Amino acid sequence: MFALVLVPFLVEAVGVFWPAFQGISLSFLHWNGIGPATPVGVKNYVDLFSDPIFLTALKNTAIWIVLFGGISFAAGLGVALLFQSERRGVGIYRTALFLPIVFSLVVTALIWGAFFQPNGVLNNVLDAVGLHSWTHVWLGDSSTALYAVIVAALWREIGYVMVLFIAGLKALDPAVQEAARVDGATAWQRFWHVTMPQLRSVNLVVLSVLIIDSLRSFDIVWAMTRGGPYHSTELLSTYMFSTAFGSHALGYASAIAVVIFVLAIAVIVSYLVRALSEEKEA
Amino acid sequence: MTATAAQTRTAGARPVTAVRRRSRRRTAATVGFHTTGILISLAWFAPILVVVVTSFRTFDDISANGIASLPHTFTLGTYAQAWNQGGLFQALVNSMIVTVPTVILTLLFSAAAAFGLSRYKVPFRRTILLMMLAGNLLPVQMLLIPVARLTQQLNVYDTLGALVAVQVAFGIGFYTFVLYGFMRTIPHELQEAATLDGASTTRIFLQVILPLTRPALAALGALSFTWVFNDLLWSITLLQTSEKLPITAAVLSLQGEYVSSWSVIAAATVVAAVPSTIVFLLFQRSFIGGLALGSVK
Repeated sequence: MFALVLVPFLVEAVGVFWPAFQGISLSFLHWNGIGPATPVGVKNYVDLFSDPIFLTALKNTAIWIVLFGGISFAAGLGVALLFQSERRGVGIYRTALFLPIVFSLVVTALIWGAFFQPNGVLNNVLDAVGLHSWTHVWLGDSSTALYAVIVAALWREIGYVMVLFIAGLKALDPAVQEAARVDGATAWQRFWHVTMPQLRSVNLVVLSVLIIDSLRSFDIVWAMTRGGPYHSTELLSTYMFSTAFGSHALGYASAIAVVIFVLAIAVIVSYLVRALSEEKEA
Repeated sequence: MTATAAQTRTAGARPVTAVRRRSRRRTAATVGFHTTGILISLAWFAPILVVVVTSFRTFDDISANGIASLPHTFTLGTYAQAWNQGGLFQALVNSMIVTVPTVILTLLFSAAAAFGLSRYKVPFRRTILLMMLAGNLLPVQMLLIPVARLTQQLNVYDTLGALVAVQVAFGIGFYTFVLYGFMRTIPHELQEAATLDGASTTRIFLQVILPLTRPALAALGALSFTWVFNDLLWSITLLQTSEKLPITAAVLSLQGEYVSSWSVIAAATVVAAVPSTIVFLLFQRSFIGGLALGSVK
């Protein structure tokens, strides 16, 4: 009987826990993967903070969390409130928003690539309506590339956040809303003082999902820009990948991975604490 | 409608206008709701539509009229090109070779672990459960280099089997957590009855608990199919031979080869999106339920 738990646990231990520990210890080495590895202490971490590309990636990751996370949260909540009740047509609207989540991020990237390319849909449309001066090499210009990628990522995330919020809203007691309505609360007051406080735990879940998703974001950037042009869309995840598998600086890349882990840890711990408290309640 | 009419008839003159005003306001709200709904849906469908339409247009049509114009041609040649020269058929086969075993093995391991943890007094039960969940929350980047190295040491680097093993190991934590929550709600009496009848642990698991867990397994199966099928990072980390790439990675490298052939890339994009879309449409309800189940409890 113990084998039922032990075998899966061991599989995860070999495939996840052990590599994670190795990842941490690799970050204290200088190693190109072929020659001998030399221990360098915390040098990799010290170097990171004078590495302009790392600092750009760090800044872009912060922008990503704020814009991608923030807009997904607000827009996802908005459409969830709009489409929460069962009425005619609502199923189609929800499916429209939700469908992109079944596509891979690579598919998403290719779809939006056709949109943002120099002779892509967006520029064609701008030309057609006489806004030629607005046309732009959206993905090839350091000042717009990151935002173009975020738009594509949002298209896929908002429907997901909507599903989480609709599930949360459905679990609320409608009598409370009704009581507030009878007491003369306006729609805005009901949202802000009745719905939002009741959604507190859902909000926390959505926020942690969004932060973890932001820190993990890799595919869409890699597929659209590979982190370029001039590292303007570089995230910590893409920089880690190209450092590891492009430049073969394995120790340095591991240090970047550990930084991502450290940034995620607060969220992971709060998620686990919640999971634990639920487990105890039941 | 008839109810309103009946009410107004009995209620007299003044309420009639009030009711009318209210129903007019309600009509306005309905129109507003559907206008918003349709606009949002169109905005969300439009990019998909453009790609699907583009995939059926010829190269000359697109270069002459632009990608945003209405199609002037219809061809399936783009699909033939992507399918044959682009190697998409092989890529789809690779994807299935990876995805199907990964989904089955992950669910099997997770269901076994969840069964043990939820139905028996396993020591350190809570610690084990949380550790397993924590493993799934780790940023994947931490694991890439050590796992790539491990597969090289075990001589399985650049094999589809390694891809399966890694994704099974990484998925187990999350699925165990969700299935644990589900199995805990199954009444103990069922199990006790089976035990009294002399059923072994394995039989209880396979014939009592597992059938009752079917809804959760369906939801997780549909979810995990799309997740594994859509993966890019592990494939480009662990595979080198281009003939071995699953479709997600293959389509991306195709993009490099056919930079200017929009329609071929569009056709490849459609091919890569079809399998997970089918799974979604077949399991729509459990799929959405699954997403909500994992995160909102």
